[in-house]
Amino acid sequence: MALFTFRGGVHPFDGKALSKDKPIEEYKPKGDLVYPLSQHIGAPAKAIVEKGQRVLMGERIAEAGGFVSACICASVSGTVKGIEKRRTVTGDMVDCIIIENDGFYEKAEPLTDKTFEQMSREEVLAVIRDAGITGMGGAGFPTHVKLSPKEPEKIDTIIVNCSECEPYLTSDYRKMLEEPDKLVHGLEIMLSLFDNARGVLAVEDNKPDCIKLLKEKTAGKERISVAALKTKYPQGSERQLIFAVTGREINSKMLPADAGCVVNNTDTVIAINNAVTEGEPLIHRIVTVTGDAVKDPRNFKVYTGTDYSELIEAAGGFVTEPAKIISGGPMMGFAMFDLHVPVTKSSSALLCMSTDEVAKWEPSACINCGRCVDVCPSRLIPSHIADHAAHFNEEEFLGLYGMECVECGCCSYVCPAKRQLAQSIKTMRRLVMAKRKKK
Amino acid sequence: MSDTENKEKTAGEKMKETAQLLKSVSPTPHVRDKVSTSYLMGMVIAALMPAEIYGIWHFGPRALIITLISIACCIFFEWGFDKIIKKKSTVGDLSCVVTGLLLAMNLPVAVPLWIPVIGAFVAIVVVKMLFGGLGQNFMNPALGARCFLVLSFARYMTDFSYKPGWGGADVVSSATPLARLKAGESVDLMQMFIGNEGGTIGETSAVALLLGGVFLIACSVITWHVSLCYIVSLLAFTAVFGGRGFDITYLGGQLYGGGLMLGAFFMATDYVTRPITRKGQVIYGIFLGILTGIFRVFGPGAEGVSYAIIIGNLIVPLIEKITVPRHFGYKKPAKEVA
Repeated sequence: MALFTFRGGVHPFDGKALSKDKPIEEYKPKGDLVYPLSQHIGAPAKAIVEKGQRVLMGERIAEAGGFVSACICASVSGTVKGIEKRRTVTGDMVDCIIIENDGFYEKAEPLTDKTFEQMSREEVLAVIRDAGITGMGGAGFPTHVKLSPKEPEKIDTIIVNCSECEPYLTSDYRKMLEEPDKLVHGLEIMLSLFDNARGVLAVEDNKPDCIKLLKEKTAGKERISVAALKTKYPQGSERQLIFAVTGREINSKMLPADAGCVVNNTDTVIAINNAVTEGEPLIHRIVTVTGDAVKDPRNFKVYTGTDYSELIEAAGGFVTEPAKIISGGPMMGFAMFDLHVPVTKSSSALLCMSTDEVAKWEPSACINCGRCVDVCPSRLIPSHIADHAAHFNEEEFLGLYGMECVECGCCSYVCPAKRQLAQSIKTMRRLVMAKRKKK
Repeated sequence: MSDTENKEKTAGEKMKETAQLLKSVSPTPHVRDKVSTSYLMGMVIAALMPAEIYGIWHFGPRALIITLISIACCIFFEWGFDKIIKKKSTVGDLSCVVTGLLLAMNLPVAVPLWIPVIGAFVAIVVVKMLFGGLGQNFMNPALGARCFLVLSFARYMTDFSYKPGWGGADVVSSATPLARLKAGESVDLMQMFIGNEGGTIGETSAVALLLGGVFLIACSVITWHVSLCYIVSLLAFTAVFGGRGFDITYLGGQLYGGGLMLGAFFMATDYVTRPITRKGQVIYGIFLGILTGIFRVFGPGAEGVSYAIIIGNLIVPLIEKITVPRHFGYKKPAKEVA
């Protein structure tokens, strides 16, 4: 079978061997749980609990603050300690609900008492919304919004992003191996919302065991197929994934729906299954604790709101002093200066590296080698765009299609002069977007 | 008293501990490829070695002396320039060593020893550093210096006489194979392929240069686009306009002679002075081939590689302008309006 892919991309050291063969273990939080009200794309959620109130596990503690927003459910039973500003992975101070865990894990009423077969489309969407499901790959786009496009009949492909192209991450890999039935059923639930669509499980070919397993599980299911993707970063980038699977290209002004596609991450699809079939809101997620500075890298099933520092302890602590701690993978994750931040719905990994490769190199002059051009999945000229960005040359920046950058960071990765290309381009994109918003 | 002191101390220590706990942050990505500028330059130096070693073996110890002077002067001028303008030294990126080596390989073995010194000064100071150093020069430094030397010291730069080997006593002073071809004489292709001919130190051995070029392409230091387009278009041009048709000896002479191999693999592919996109590189290669052909066939001299590449360097910004690639998901503007 031919491999699906796109032009460009890089092959960084993948480091998955560290945690690949470690089965998922449940981790029960010891300290208080912290729920940032803004852990998704869109309007922040609005708290609906008060200080001193007792909440149950799975009870809604904050409701969606707008159309593009998501609610938040408590992951443990306990008492609300307060609502205060806490630091999150991005370094921002965000309003957070803080809950003291009583250790009973007393469950609230399930989201629905109907079975999937009894539910109408609207009811399925309502359950997904009430479960507070957001994209669990990193961006955190509210899933019920994604699943309600303007013209649902035009959607012909639902892609489950099982590529996990980020180095070091193994949370999706473990989920695929351990809960393939839930994954396939989650996809079937999504297919029930779109009559004209086929479902594609897109897996990178560095996970042949997953491809084989998923093929077995989907055998005989006419609407579902498994696509083997070429292993390279950023294969899991939404635009590149749609192109690899369907051959359709979208740009920054379009949504996946414009290409007839809906793309969801592995963990998100399993969360959809759990919400619809078991009435369980999104209160856990798999976090890979890994890196060469961690004693015993592992995959944990973590209650959202758990403090990151607890996970390090659970993984045996540090073997060496980590130089850099990243929430997420090394290509797209957030570097943290402090471990005391909560796990959110979109945290996929805690990566602790003993060397800081960024600080190790000093940026030098661009030699025009063109390696960034070769790897850019958006087919741009990163070095020239970054140059214009550094000089705040907006017209030239836009003329070279600077806004089409997907911020994957491949250009910075390959640059032999170690220039911070992605950083310059990102900064300029933020400025242009802020300016457009003002208008 | 002692109690409060103790307390302050612990508070201070606590602060220190917290500060140590803070990790460095940076924007994504957090990992970097191992390939660096000095690695790429090192690969180019390695790829030039077969031709350089052949040159030293063929032309004798004087070739080695000229090469060493050229490289040493290039390093010295770059270091000195950085020192004078109080900038951090950029010698470590090895690009000045590449320049020095290329310059020496572009000189005849009989030149006086002060020629490489002047050449190095022009290459490093005038062509490269005055324009802002590595990455900012609009012209290949080694070629810029060579053209300057040819114009200023034509007598030395066109004297291709040499004592072959390390013990040779008889001076060989025949014209270069390309000049003989132009005069209508015949050449021995095999000798040209090996490099047993007159010429500059590094240009004579086609096989050694080809080896280095293929090595660079295989290690993805350069791509084939510029080199192949250059060579193919030159051969096509000389076949059509050379007046000898598809004469194998004539075309082979054009291919192996006159620094085409050195130019196509090592100087036209210079990162800084070639277009950055593949499409631009193809246009640039074809342009160089045609220009070299014009110089060789219709020009007064037999050679044309250096001037063709230098003129090519100058039109690179224009090529870049018309070869901006279409981004992923590009839609025709008309569609966007509708």
